[in-house]
Amino acid sequence: MIFWGNEYREETMRKTLLAGAAALALSLVVVGPAADAAPQHGGQMVVTYKDDVSTLDPAIGYDWQNWSMIKSLFDGLMDYEPGTTVLKPDLAESYTISDDGLTYTFKLREGVTFHNGREMTADDVKYSLERVVDPATQSPGQGFFWSIKGFDDMASGNASELSGVTVIDPYTLQIELSQPDATFLHVMAINFSFVVPKEVVEEYGADFGTHPVGTGAFRMTDWTLGQHVIFERNPDYYDADLPRLDRIEFQVGQEPSVALLRLQRGEVDILGDGIPPAQFLEVMGNDEWMDNVIEGGQLHTGYITMNTHMAPFDNKQVRQAVNMAINKDRIVQIVNGRAVPANQPLPPAMPGYDPNYEGYAYDPDAAKALLAEAGFPDGFETELYVMNTDPNPRIAQAIQQDLAVIGVNAEIKSLAQSTVIAAGGEEDQAPMIWSGGMAWIADFPDPSNFYGPILGCGGAVPGGWNWAWYCNEELDAMAAEADGMTGEDQADARLEKWRLIFISIMDDAPWVPVFNEQRFTMHSDAIAGETDEIFVDPVHIPVHYDYVYSTAAQ
Amino acid sequence: MLGYLARRLVQSAVILIGITMITFILSFLIPADPVRMIAGRSATAETVESIRHQLGLDQPIPVQYVRYVSRLVQGDMGRSYVQKTEVATLIWSRLPATLLLMAGAIAFELMIGLPAGIYAAARRGRIGDRGVMLLSFTGVSAPQFVVGLLLLYVFANLLAWFPLGGYGSFGHLILPALTLGITGGGWYSRMTRSSMIDVLGQDYIRTARAKGSSETRVVLVHGLRNAALPMIAMIGLDIGIFMSGAVVVESVFGWPGIGQLAWQAIQRIDIPIIMGVTLVAAVAIVVGNLIADIATSLFDPRVRLG
Repeated sequence: MIFWGNEYREETMRKTLLAGAAALALSLVVVGPAADAAPQHGGQMVVTYKDDVSTLDPAIGYDWQNWSMIKSLFDGLMDYEPGTTVLKPDLAESYTISDDGLTYTFKLREGVTFHNGREMTADDVKYSLERVVDPATQSPGQGFFWSIKGFDDMASGNASELSGVTVIDPYTLQIELSQPDATFLHVMAINFSFVVPKEVVEEYGADFGTHPVGTGAFRMTDWTLGQHVIFERNPDYYDADLPRLDRIEFQVGQEPSVALLRLQRGEVDILGDGIPPAQFLEVMGNDEWMDNVIEGGQLHTGYITMNTHMAPFDNKQVRQAVNMAINKDRIVQIVNGRAVPANQPLPPAMPGYDPNYEGYAYDPDAAKALLAEAGFPDGFETELYVMNTDPNPRIAQAIQQDLAVIGVNAEIKSLAQSTVIAAGGEEDQAPMIWSGGMAWIADFPDPSNFYGPILGCGGAVPGGWNWAWYCNEELDAMAAEADGMTGEDQADARLEKWRLIFISIMDDAPWVPVFNEQRFTMHSDAIAGETDEIFVDPVHIPVHYDYVYSTAAQ
Repeated sequence: MLGYLARRLVQSAVILIGITMITFILSFLIPADPVRMIAGRSATAETVESIRHQLGLDQPIPVQYVRYVSRLVQGDMGRSYVQKTEVATLIWSRLPATLLLMAGAIAFELMIGLPAGIYAAARRGRIGDRGVMLLSFTGVSAPQFVVGLLLLYVFANLLAWFPLGGYGSFGHLILPALTLGITGGGWYSRMTRSSMIDVLGQDYIRTARAKGSSETRVVLVHGLRNAALPMIAMIGLDIGIFMSGAVVVESVFGWPGIGQLAWQAIQRIDIPIIMGVTLVAAVAIVVGNLIADIATSLFDPRVRLG
């Protein structure tokens, strides 16, 4: 394939570096331009989507389409350096953490106003956090706030306030935790924690999602259901350099293949749903358009789970043998090269990823020998559950063929997504599951988000997401220790601990990590960014709207 | 006439009650737990149960049905699980585009189907007739997405005479309406042909010919006036069908009608929208049929309702 050349590999290496420990240093150099170097304001862009936008309420919105739009309309106490996974204060000007890691004191920026003109204060932050935890809000993000003192009382409906959240003065907010939580600052950067004005929420009630008012770089000026959503520049945004564009028009109901034609004709600037799979090779093989596509990693891993509570996968050697039997390069080819082979649970873009770990090399002979050693010289019969939408059944067939080579006869169970998820949540139902279409995509860029629910003992419960039913008490203890390391000076040691946890998991081999999906963002010539990273931002999908600028306005 | 109308109205009401039951049962057959969809993957068991209780989904099914119908009577079709907007608002917002496309499609169907049918009837059994019938067969059997994509590619992409999908101007309407006209016009031409042949065999046509009227006048004035009656019924049925949305064409052309709303809801298993659209479609078909029957009786003195 044409794009599978040297350029591609260099690009990937660069991304890996960026996401790793060097991210902070690099980002300071690449992003954060001097004031006089900032691109000029002005211009607009058109983004297309197939589906209508669902809600823009930060407490409710939880799909990849509204996720990034909400980030441009609202702000939280924390945010990330654009294009990276590095935390920075946002509505908070600064913060302090007590020595025991239990008390966070945020000093808020003064003079930040909501789109309705009212000044945002600490009371609004408290209200917004409590709104998400309040069971009446039905927020899918409620669970992220577990570590705040008083969470249980409020989540169960026994209290109307979070006892751990205290307004000291209009610009100072103190949050007490019930136990140390190193991911807490990430939680303060997640959409669910974004600050909303109480009076507007109460005015619109359940329709706040179509009448969003925040403090963000853009404000929503029109939403014609089924047709378009219009964002316009917030002239009072606290960072005068942002956003670069005056206006963004999100056109919905656009078939991705038609949107691609329109982009090539200059009517569309960003394909919100990505390049349609059927046209992918055509675009990537075309000299004119290849340059308009930016590739980057995303916080995603596709994996095969092996149920450690079901024979013969209760045998570690069997699981290791399966790890050696899967030809990941071939599976990557099935998805047209829109992924990179994986050898560990963490994706390369995630802090804590180990670039030096070699994993289990593809070696069917060694796998067969190991299987014999484990007591299965003639293999065994098993079942492979898979979601029934393309390309997943084709990937399952490739896995089936690889397993057949070492004598393992896997029957494919191709089922609706909800059925597969339900089967994975039963202790004795699905021996193997290919995660495609249901795989874990991180909610925030921290390794702990890839452990607890999918590999920790807490997730190995009926209805849980730990489909391997893998529970290693020792690693669970290590994980708890890592998340108790809240000091800034402990950050590196904490990541090192997480790296070790995930590599140790690979010794037990409850998963076959297969690939990490790559993102390919296609944009028109009318827009650009100071760096390519804003087009493949790990937390903004498809692009970091605030940082895109118009080439015509320069 | 009034008695007939009353009887038909009662019939329609019974059908509609049946439909509310079917759509309600459908919502339980879809393999997805709406509560888990709302609660998200990180929700605890308590949160899930609390949301289930708030939505009343822990009530016995007959109680849920009664509540569903009593809300429906007040025009409340519930709130979308995915979009979180009121279903009635969503459907209402799709109405202008749906009606516009319906008008455009029926106009094209008539523009294509009527002349073709008349021509074929006048040339009955000859090569022109065969040709027209073959074309209308092709039109009727061609998949809408193929015709739609073809038109889009040629007239919007290559020639750039029309916009590449979307909604807003008269130009946006032409290609989707034409697609529906081509695929639906065949029915009209076949219907026109057979009723024209029927009419042209009648005594009064022979009389007209005997009087010395030109053949054109015989066909277009004496023939068409009477042959057009079945068209009215057909348009009535079409209105019912188009009200439920032209799912395929709306998706291809990015047309914001009810069909597109339904298609997006099906893909996202957004049960309240699926139920709402099904109900609206059913009502439209029932009403369309009713209008067709009444209109036929008004225009055709031979049909007596009573």
